[in-house]
Amino acid sequence: MDFELLIGIFPQVFLDGLILGFMYALIALGYTMVYGVLEFINFAHSEIFVVGAFVGVEILLTFQAAGLLALVSPFLVLLVVLLLGMLASGLLAVTVERVAYRPLRGAPRLIPLISAIGVSFFLQDAVRLVESVWRNAFNLVYPTMDTLNIRFSLTETIDVSVKSLVVIVASLLMLWGLHALVNRTKIGTAMRAVAEDQAAASLMGISVNRIISLTFLIGGAMGGAAGVLFGVQYSLINPYTGFIPGLKAFTAAVLGGIGNIPGAMVGGLVLGLLEAFAASYLSLLTGGAFGAEYKDIFAFSVLILILIFRPKGLLGEVVRERA
Amino acid sequence: MRTVRFRYLPVALAALALVLPVTSLTDAQSKGTIKIATQSPLSGGQAALGEGIKLATQLAIEKLKGPIEKLGFKVELVPFDDQAKPDVGVANAANILADKDILLVVGHLNSGVAIPSSEKYKEAQLAMISPANTNPTITDRNYLNVSRVCGRDDVQGVVGAEFAKTTLKAKSAYVIHDKTAYGQGVAEFFKADAEKKGIKVLGFEGTEEKSNFDPIITPIKAKNPDLIYFGGIYDQAAPFFKQAREKGIKSQFMGPDGMDSTDLVKIGGKSVVGMHYSTVAGPVEKYLAAKAFKTEYKDKFKKDPEPFAAQAYDSAAIGLKAIEAAIKASGGKVPSREQVAVAVRKTKHTGLTGTVEFDEKGDPKKALYFVLQVASDDPTKWGDNKEVKRLSIAAPPLKKKP
Repeated sequence: MDFELLIGIFPQVFLDGLILGFMYALIALGYTMVYGVLEFINFAHSEIFVVGAFVGVEILLTFQAAGLLALVSPFLVLLVVLLLGMLASGLLAVTVERVAYRPLRGAPRLIPLISAIGVSFFLQDAVRLVESVWRNAFNLVYPTMDTLNIRFSLTETIDVSVKSLVVIVASLLMLWGLHALVNRTKIGTAMRAVAEDQAAASLMGISVNRIISLTFLIGGAMGGAAGVLFGVQYSLINPYTGFIPGLKAFTAAVLGGIGNIPGAMVGGLVLGLLEAFAASYLSLLTGGAFGAEYKDIFAFSVLILILIFRPKGLLGEVVRERA
Repeated sequence: MRTVRFRYLPVALAALALVLPVTSLTDAQSKGTIKIATQSPLSGGQAALGEGIKLATQLAIEKLKGPIEKLGFKVELVPFDDQAKPDVGVANAANILADKDILLVVGHLNSGVAIPSSEKYKEAQLAMISPANTNPTITDRNYLNVSRVCGRDDVQGVVGAEFAKTTLKAKSAYVIHDKTAYGQGVAEFFKADAEKKGIKVLGFEGTEEKSNFDPIITPIKAKNPDLIYFGGIYDQAAPFFKQAREKGIKSQFMGPDGMDSTDLVKIGGKSVVGMHYSTVAGPVEKYLAAKAFKTEYKDKFKKDPEPFAAQAYDSAAIGLKAIEAAIKASGGKVPSREQVAVAVRKTKHTGLTGTVEFDEKGDPKKALYFVLQVASDDPTKWGDNKEVKRLSIAAPPLKKKP
């Protein structure tokens, strides 16, 4: 075993894991917010994430076709794309809730869950249909923006690209903003009230339906932002891209304690780091016997262990209030 | 009761009206219909290549069905979408077996799909001619009904290692594969032969990851190999190469024929320009006999033929020839599936990609192998990729099981 190599790549792997973790955390927010308010898992969230990524790539490609990409500052472009992606995904989430979940409110728990799975399939193939008619393409590639690809060398062996920093900063801002919104504003108080007891909240003059729509809007917008950032970071997307990150993010939400916003972030980071370290180190540590393909098995084994000892997730018990 | 019966009457009449004219017309004109099925991914990430196989077969049938029609049969294409998934391929295969008119399958694109599906065809001795499957197992099972017109991965891996050693002068390599029968197969052959030739293999890694390659790239960057070989398909390899270059990896890139699609540069952009790939099917432009095919294909389908389209055209042509021979052999009647399979093996055909003649296990006696270099990040210039090497190599003989 080459210890120098093992230690040498450590910071870089840690950084890779952090970026992946923030991505998971952003997606996990959508699951956790909806669960916090409705105690229901919105399985269509992975597709809401993908729609954000597709809206982002479409806008960027339009910009590129118009020649704007070279003229305007990439950060401004990214901001516009992020906001539009968030808007599209947020509105889609609200529509989905209105069409597929609200009529089923009050039905047994499993019914909206099945409806969510149906919406997920529907959205996957709807995106596929639209893209194949519109561009005759299955895989779409985010246009390269040179400024975002510049790499800073932190030391000789570690470097970080501008777009990775953008992912980290954007994620932190959004997580902080959301936390503040839920805990320090009137809307947040209303959301927590609805989560606690819908009937009592409505007696206190809170419009339950509006708060639930708002929850979906915010959760969807976070998913859309994650979609755009995912596309910028990893460049290739297709209509089924959302499935695996969606599943991982859901796992992250459970790991952190579902329904808990800081929990989603902690869960995402833990899962991202576990995955990155497993993928980079497994084959080095076992002399090639276990390769990077075992990263998910490793990450999920740890997850099972954690849940055996802390069934409510890492932060599940510390903070009682929900979303 | 009475009212119920009347309610269904119009529906039944309508159904009859739909079915009747079709059957009566065909009965009047011909002795029956012979169907040729294609199985390839028509949706999903590899649809570009899969559709090429379907369209080329369609073109071949339209152009070459004359002799069989003269014998009194109609020839029809039945395309199936195997979605590049083994389970879908096998389910389609069951449907194909159930349709007794289907006498030939042209396909698949993916070895991992072709192997289980052809086990199904074997049950009925239904002939399958593969334009693109390069895994050795395809023909090493020595099935009478399974043949291919292209080369093999065990030779392709060797061609890659040979090129890496002699032309690229690589001293070290890192091998990645996609864990499919195809990708892992060719990667293992590359690795074995590279080691034999004295190239140091610094790592051998399989992954199903499609988007985030960061944690795989970091150790590669630390080990700094001369060459990275990706045994897999472009939809996974291109983002990998792109992210590797973005992370500052300077190694040369190489891969097998799974790289051979315009999508490689659409996704990979500048990062894949200059990389090499070996292939059993050169671009259509490299075959002199395929010039007219290219124009006709473009006129008809409004796009350039993807790699393997010419091979699919040849596969269909061989199949049509064999079916014709089998009809004649059975005295003008519909031949059995087994008769067609036997006839396929006996067919010698000079087509777009050269002369194909099968050996005892279904490999072409001599197959062409190319090494090409990606010329430009403009997808429309994929045909300009430079041919660096061309070899004609015989398929290894069937290994007798002890």
